[in-house]
Amino acid sequence: MNRVQRAVAGDTLFRGITRGFAGGIIVLFATLIIMLWQQALPSIHAFGFGFLIDSSWNPVTNQFGAWIPIFGTLFSTFLALLFAIPLSLGIALFLAELAPTWMRAPFGTAIELLAAIPSIVYGMWGLFVLSPLLADYLQPWLQDHIGGPLFLGAPMGIGMLTAGMILALMIIPFIASVTRDVFLMVPQQLKEAAYGLGCTTWEVVRDVMIPYGKKGIAGAVFLGMGRALGETMAVTFVIGNAYHLSWSLLAPGNSIASTLANEFTEADSDLYLSSLIELGLVLFLITFIVLAIAQWWLRPRKMGADQ
Amino acid sequence: MKRNIMLAAAALLTVGTIQAQAATTITGAGATFPYPVYSQWAHDYHKVTGVKLNYQAIGSGGGIKQIKAKTVDFGASDAPMTPEAMDKVGLMQFPMIMGGVVPVVHVKGIHAGDLKLTASELADIYMGKITKWNDVRIRATNPGVRLPRKSITVVHRSDGSGTTWIFTNYLSKVSGEWKTKIGNDKSVAWPVGVGGKGNQGVAAFVGKINGSIGYVEYAYALQNHMASVKLKNHYGNFVAPTAANFQSAAAGADWANANGYYMVLTNQPGATSWPITGASFILMYKSQAHPAQGKAVLKFLDWSYRNGAKSAMKLDYVPMPKAVIKMVEKTWSSELRNKSGRAIWK
Repeated sequence: MNRVQRAVAGDTLFRGITRGFAGGIIVLFATLIIMLWQQALPSIHAFGFGFLIDSSWNPVTNQFGAWIPIFGTLFSTFLALLFAIPLSLGIALFLAELAPTWMRAPFGTAIELLAAIPSIVYGMWGLFVLSPLLADYLQPWLQDHIGGPLFLGAPMGIGMLTAGMILALMIIPFIASVTRDVFLMVPQQLKEAAYGLGCTTWEVVRDVMIPYGKKGIAGAVFLGMGRALGETMAVTFVIGNAYHLSWSLLAPGNSIASTLANEFTEADSDLYLSSLIELGLVLFLITFIVLAIAQWWLRPRKMGADQ
Repeated sequence: MKRNIMLAAAALLTVGTIQAQAATTITGAGATFPYPVYSQWAHDYHKVTGVKLNYQAIGSGGGIKQIKAKTVDFGASDAPMTPEAMDKVGLMQFPMIMGGVVPVVHVKGIHAGDLKLTASELADIYMGKITKWNDVRIRATNPGVRLPRKSITVVHRSDGSGTTWIFTNYLSKVSGEWKTKIGNDKSVAWPVGVGGKGNQGVAAFVGKINGSIGYVEYAYALQNHMASVKLKNHYGNFVAPTAANFQSAAAGADWANANGYYMVLTNQPGATSWPITGASFILMYKSQAHPAQGKAVLKFLDWSYRNGAKSAMKLDYVPMPKAVIKMVEKTWSSELRNKSGRAIWK
């Protein structure tokens, strides 16, 4: 074997190994779905499609429906995005455009460090620090000054609103740091041309930077959304863990992930366990669909085909 | 030939080491409620004998699952298994320790023992029928106590739990409506309230939410200095949750006639009996695949029965009465067998 042949053989071997690694991911993914499906079968047989829209969850009578956890997952994620998107955009704009140069690095790092805090710490902070503040100040104020169906119930400090706020805090670092990078990529000439035409900073942001970075911002939002959908411990601490269907932001609820965290160890009947696994499958599918939409939306397209 | 002898010797050696290991570590899993006292006993027992207990406090349901899967030497559960369920898989159970479940409140100006509740009031609070602290019925039970015009926030467990089993067992006994609408289980479909994970979770929620009521194991109520409630017992007296009153509830229990030790200590007779008392159980296979291991478990339990009462009381548990211990150990020798059918205890 001469040197060239050896090199070719090495290449082939290397290609084979890496292909094996990559293929492993697909196998893992498929096994995961098949296992979840298999274990969820008793519950799928017992409840059918009704599982997704049934709002009863009763271990005593063995009647299980996923609607309240599904609703709670989507509602808390929606709230989190509602709080996190404007805040993150503001942070990103400030860091990319408005902040004095000496401020940018330390502030940027601080934001990114927020992402490194374990979620259980967010949960405990939410329960011990944030929720008493909400219960004593914000929630009574909301009830007195706004009221309506969104703010019904006793102001306990835990519930959907708190879960949404904690989730928002957790996904802000993701959205903000990616968005900042997107803004930094806006060509200087474009911005200067706009300023040259007499645009104010706000007009440059609104008409040049945001349209230019639209796709990247959307990607950042989806990234944050993926995290919010599956977040477990932090949510379990503050969402209230109750099977109540309510539009009130102050009412306790449940998310799929928190239901699993709470009930998995003690689910002793087969149907109970199987229903929990089906819940896991549902969460898997929701996250999968969200990320698939994101991938499709963010797929590389030819320049100019964007609009 | 020589090689065969070597192999046999190696095999013997392995068996020897396995048995030696079997005698130094025993494993158990289950209920969280007796975990503090089990680990205290294990610590003391280890000092005396060198035998280690590896106990995983994963919850009563988990304990039943693990012993069924035979991954542990014994399971532990706060909710007794029915004799039928045990017979199906060949398990036996016996009570190990007793304790109380205590309703605790967080209402401004109300301290431990200030508030009294009847059984039906407690049930109606958890049903969502009594929603304010100054409800007519609560005021009638508590003349002279200043009660605020505040909403009641009900706190329950979010995870499945033996504590919940004991608590809902009590509510089912005292309220027909609770029995038919909600029932008795390790987790139930709560009509109102918020759920905290574990005793700590409930204690934290009650500590944080003004106007809340929850239920925790007695030790948690004490350790967190929570305002416990006096309950009206079967006899008609209002009693405070104290070790003496748990003892009183346990004293009346007729263990001798409890088939498979299936015994629930809620709502027991007796003038001073605390109404929400419960026992925690140990589960073992009747037919022991590893008799040496099974015997090591029994030795530990026997030692704990005999020497653990003091440390149990220090941790606010109620030790089993001597007569019951005698009965349990008799059951060990009559029911626990090795593969060839010989008793493994005495």
